[in-house]
Amino acid sequence: MTGRLALLGASGVLMMLLLSLIFLWVPTDIVLGISQRIFYFHVPMAMVAFLAFGVVVVGSIGYLWKKSERMDALAYSAAEIGVLFTSLMLITGMLWAKPVWGVWWTWSPQLTTSLILWFIYVAYLMLRSYAPQGDQGARYGAVLGIIGFVDVPIVYMAAKWWRDVHPEAVVGPLADEGSLEGKMVVAFLVGLLAFTTLFAYLLTERYSLRRQETQVERLRYSHA
Amino acid sequence: MTEQTDNTVRSYRSRTPSWWTPVLAILWKDVLLESRTREMVMPILVFAFLVIVVFNFVIDPNPTLVAAVAPGVLWVAFTFAGMLGLNRSFSMEKERGGIEGLMLCPVGRDLIYLGKMLGAFMFILIVEFIMLPVFAAIFNLPLFEPGLWLITVLATFGFASVGATFSAMAVNTKAREILLPILFFPIAVPVIIAATEATRAVLAGDPFSDYSRWIQLMAAFDVVFVVIAALTFDFVLGE
Repeated sequence: MTGRLALLGASGVLMMLLLSLIFLWVPTDIVLGISQRIFYFHVPMAMVAFLAFGVVVVGSIGYLWKKSERMDALAYSAAEIGVLFTSLMLITGMLWAKPVWGVWWTWSPQLTTSLILWFIYVAYLMLRSYAPQGDQGARYGAVLGIIGFVDVPIVYMAAKWWRDVHPEAVVGPLADEGSLEGKMVVAFLVGLLAFTTLFAYLLTERYSLRRQETQVERLRYSHA
Repeated sequence: MTEQTDNTVRSYRSRTPSWWTPVLAILWKDVLLESRTREMVMPILVFAFLVIVVFNFVIDPNPTLVAAVAPGVLWVAFTFAGMLGLNRSFSMEKERGGIEGLMLCPVGRDLIYLGKMLGAFMFILIVEFIMLPVFAAIFNLPLFEPGLWLITVLATFGFASVGATFSAMAVNTKAREILLPILFFPIAVPVIIAATEATRAVLAGDPFSDYSRWIQLMAAFDVVFVVIAALTFDFVLGE
């Protein structure tokens, strides 16, 4: 409990620090102007989303291997948070793309893959809510968690070849390592730390809630 | 009838059991069931035909537009038709309690998966092979392109590989008909992209080397997912 509160506090403080860095401290990008500042949110959220889906596959394999309910609760919680961060990543990306590229959406490999990723894990959550509770639903989720994870690189390859002609429009801070100014790197790293801490907090909170949900469910059946 | 069953049993015992015997037995069961009920190939065939005809109305195809949209129309029709076939694959087991019978088979679950998967693959493929010339005739495209048949086989195998697993899952959920496409489409996106792009190249008369990477992508997808699905099918069926 105290550990979770500490994580919450730390992510709150880091978030405040990140906001002040973004709006008061980092220089404005010469080419992209003010809109580039959304990257300090957008990129860390994307990375945290991928981290979350990595946790899903670890939890899925762990569940099938050890049959441990804890692993399943971990996978499920991470999938929910991963969908949340992927949604935010897609929205912030679109907000940025409209003024800079002139369109809300384009079918670049990164965008296509992110969208399909979002669909795969939305399907995961739907499967979990429609499948029977308990062991069967957990097994289904784990199998989809593994298949989905393996599918992502194949989707990326297909999307890349599909839009080979697409100009690599990613002129963001990750386009060329040398182009990042020192202060920008610092702000980006603070952003990454802030969002990873937030992820850790959300994951532990959701995990313990999920465990309680399972227990309540079990108690209800045992009294019925 | 019983004599025939006895003979079948005896012939099974006399041979040393190899991995493909149960696979073929399950496949044969589905073929026999289809030959008696005719619930799979005919309805899907009519449905795929309808999709192509309806597309014909909504896009008003003239010769310039056909080259651009025909591959997409073909693969939308095949993907939807495949979805129906996959749905039937396990919902018919569920209706008649066949799934318990399958689970009682004293063979590995991976072999049960292969049998069911090959059955779905075969039925969808039959529908597609009938539809290909019809499609070519409706859109005034060259009939019998060998490349197109290869693409269809690879893509359908990919559909069946992940689809059989998802079908087995979806039948045990509350929203079974709607859940299967939601599970299936995102995972099958690479195959749909590859099949459509390769079809576009074939219809444009491009040489094989121009679309061989799509063939490779589909082949890789097929191999990867048939292995993963076979290995995890034990967890899908459960105890």
